[in-house]
Amino acid sequence: MVAGRFDPARGRVRGCVKLTQFGTRMKAYDLIVIGGGLVGGAIAWGAARGGASVALIDEGDVAFRAARGNFGLVWVQSKGAGFPPYAHWTRRSAELWPGLASALVESTGVDVALRQTGGLAFCLSDAEMEAAADRIQRMHNESGGIGTRLLDRDEVRAMVPEIGDAVRGAAFCPVDGHVNPLKLLRALHDALPRTGGDYLPGRTVDAIDYVPGSFTLHAGAERFACRKLVISAGLGSARLAPMVGLEMPVTPLRGQIVVTERVRPFIDYATIHVRQTEEGGVMMGTSQEAVGFDNATSLPVMRDIAASNIATFPLLRDANVVRVWGALRVMTPDGFPIYDASVTHPGAYAATCHSGVTLAGAHALALAPAIMGNELPAFLNAFSAGRFHVPPA
Amino acid sequence: MFRRLDDARAEITFFFEDRPVTAREGESVAAALLAAGLRGFRATAVSGAVRAPWCMMGVCFDCLMEIDGLASRQACMVVVQPGMSVRRQPGAKSLTRTVDSLDDEDLA
Repeated sequence: MVAGRFDPARGRVRGCVKLTQFGTRMKAYDLIVIGGGLVGGAIAWGAARGGASVALIDEGDVAFRAARGNFGLVWVQSKGAGFPPYAHWTRRSAELWPGLASALVESTGVDVALRQTGGLAFCLSDAEMEAAADRIQRMHNESGGIGTRLLDRDEVRAMVPEIGDAVRGAAFCPVDGHVNPLKLLRALHDALPRTGGDYLPGRTVDAIDYVPGSFTLHAGAERFACRKLVISAGLGSARLAPMVGLEMPVTPLRGQIVVTERVRPFIDYATIHVRQTEEGGVMMGTSQEAVGFDNATSLPVMRDIAASNIATFPLLRDANVVRVWGALRVMTPDGFPIYDASVTHPGAYAATCHSGVTLAGAHALALAPAIMGNELPAFLNAFSAGRFHVPPA
Repeated sequence: MFRRLDDARAEITFFFEDRPVTAREGESVAAALLAAGLRGFRATAVSGAVRAPWCMMGVCFDCLMEIDGLASRQACMVVVQPGMSVRRQPGAKSLTRTVDSLDDEDLA
């Protein structure tokens, strides 16, 4: 083992150094994760915590980074309708979240402000109430109950007095919650080096060479070697996955978010469209636009976001907006995550989803140990990209 | 601490926390209150630190006050009017109810 070179601009490099066939020196790791967002950050930290030598290669904030635009929900109640493996995986992640939050604060001092006080999905019409009732029943039948129930207006008002008369009722799930997603990203990046891993920002992987048992990554003039490789590069995964026999057909779906000034607390619950942060700011969504690689904001969408949230909470009329942004969700063809192990390049894995916050607990504390073991657990087979090639029955 | 350069403008009276204050026509609320000797204009939303106007041009948001019942207004960007009612803003604004003002010693 030779000590890694230290470059203050790019962080400390701790992997062992080995000679390439050309005689140049190269850092080698048990695991390299490509993609330093919430998915890659959680997997890399989880693996390092288990004792593996790990590097996290991160293009940086120049990338379309969903982790920088996230709303911050740990959202369970509606995940996996029609796809029970996703419902169960999401529930497991919510259960693992308190352990993740406490491990991160212990390692880094960053409190990610996890609050699992339950979540409300407001219904503004009888049709929405019926759809919510159907979904609750269906998910109960498919995946078992987790206490989700439909509340009428009076029941909602007893929990949240500030709702408007437009609210007909809500689906309430006691295991939903929320978290500060920017602090989560910061904590994961900060925790990795404290756990013995290398966080390597400012690098784009151009090519990947493979011989059985070893991958070599080309990032500009640098080379990095590893036994195992995870591709979790968000929208960049579509380009990288085929290099190691994986398929990650992800596309962008824009969401815009409107944030108000900090105000006194008025809602303690997560909701699907609005949440109040631990410091008082109110985040409002939710929009979905298929506009390609364009993360701009637009006035008509922001106006709709404000109008629908004011219908739910009329008091928001008096809040000043201080910030808006657009960000690109990472969407698979069916909206469910992809977890896969390469057949042609054993040791290479795919991990992507559009719920990097909700699934962070499972990624760090269940998926990462599985990847560092010998194979993915059987229940993750349902998430293989092979599902996109099954002809409809 | 602050002294007006031009006293030729007409005097007007407005109310700071129900007490009459004399200002000059055309001044901002922030300028009028600085000239009247006020130092603590608001307390910040998270830590409660006391703040006063800093940039006086609408950028720093440290002069937020409740003006005519509306909270989080930039006192440096509002021209004072006769009879106007101005209050200090003790921490984050409330969307649900009027917040009691802080005691004088909290914002002195």
